[in-house]
Amino acid sequence: MADSTVISVKGLNVYYEDFQAVKDVDMEIKRESVTALIGPSGCGKSTYLRCLNRMNDLIMGASIQGEVLFENRNIYDSNVDATEIRSRIGMVFQKPNPFPKSIYQNIAFGLKVNGFSGDMEEAVEKSLKQAALWDEVKDRLNDSAFTLSGGQQQRLCIARALAVEPEVILMDEPASALDPIATLAIEDLVRELKTDYTIVIVTHNMQQAARVSDETAFFMVGEDRSGYLVEQDDTQKIFTNPTHQRTEEYITGRFS
Amino acid sequence: MPREDFENNLKVVQDELIQLSSMVEKAVFKSIDALRNRDINASQQVIDDDDAIDEKQQDIEDKCIELIALEAPMAGDLRVIISVMMMATELERIGDYAEGIGKISLAMGDLPPLKPLIDIPRMSDLATDMLRRSTEAFINRDTALATSVRDDDDVVDELYHQVYRELLTFMMADPSTIQRATYLIWVAHDLERVADRTTNMSERVIWLVTGQNPD
Repeated sequence: MADSTVISVKGLNVYYEDFQAVKDVDMEIKRESVTALIGPSGCGKSTYLRCLNRMNDLIMGASIQGEVLFENRNIYDSNVDATEIRSRIGMVFQKPNPFPKSIYQNIAFGLKVNGFSGDMEEAVEKSLKQAALWDEVKDRLNDSAFTLSGGQQQRLCIARALAVEPEVILMDEPASALDPIATLAIEDLVRELKTDYTIVIVTHNMQQAARVSDETAFFMVGEDRSGYLVEQDDTQKIFTNPTHQRTEEYITGRFS
Repeated sequence: MPREDFENNLKVVQDELIQLSSMVEKAVFKSIDALRNRDINASQQVIDDDDAIDEKQQDIEDKCIELIALEAPMAGDLRVIISVMMMATELERIGDYAEGIGKISLAMGDLPPLKPLIDIPRMSDLATDMLRRSTEAFINRDTALATSVRDDDDVVDELYHQVYRELLTFMMADPSTIQRATYLIWVAHDLERVADRTTNMSERVIWLVTGQNPD
């Protein structure tokens, strides 16, 4: 595993009961970069993403084979604490899901749960600044998180994920429920965050993948309905001259 | 079929590029033919016809920009549109060289011919043949044919130097030929540029097909 690799996936298969959702994926995810996962609905990209921090543990009937090496350690080893993994590999979901609490408490809550003992106000401010939300909320930290717009709520969720100082952030369609302006704000944020974090983002919006990511991985769904990785390459290469015909067909919209 | 409208528009710009290529090829041929026959009217016609070439190029460019803005083309589609746009620009410039030759022909007016034109028509034949082949390479996505066009550029360059040396000799021997010889050097230079632009087009075809710039 090269030094630049933070997560290395080897021969990953994912099942929901008898159904194989993801087949035989190998992938290296580079440190402090943005990797976009694209592909048609049902190609297993979200399922795959959830495997990277053991979110699938929480889904009934889900099981995996293969390895997900995070900093050289298989996160599925029996002696690994899934909660610890999830604090080091955070996640942001499609729909903003702030807690029904104040803006401040949304950030502080996760820190408390993780036994944070430092200066809470400072930590909250730092996370909100990192998520480019501080200036918009600094005078209303005690307002309910639900008073924020959708785009702000999503940035709050990103701030919440950042608060516990993860190394990797997984984003599952983080902008699909937002309007174009809020979407661009999230995209700007993703580009800024990659200087300190590794980001893996699932998106249906190919322009978004093209705009924000350094590498793009294209997933397809096979005849047996299992998802598989077709190719992973530099984003520039994928969108100007992909290696595989299937990728070309998908990104040029000739996919049937 | 997915994106049928887009497919049609993509075909339209490519067809228009082929039309433009044919217009430009005729312009180059006519400019040399008029020069050789000292046909002032035909030279004037080449100059007048250049407007239509410019318009066609502009039209292709507008359509390509519209496709990029509205359809967000990717990968192979993107390379087609960029290639069409770039090749249309090359063709428009080749049209300008033909127009330039027309103007030189008018400037020569009724000056007596310096010598029978031999190498200049050879340059013209070769350059227009290269143009035809790079267009055919575009139509058939034929990289081997495109590569052969690149190779021929050296032959045109050699002919150009040969013409240049020959005319220089004329001028040294008899300064009264300087004006006429200079005009012909300009013509040869224009044709050398036609071949260069055509070479650019064939290189664009290679990029279109492979996604890689040729060495």
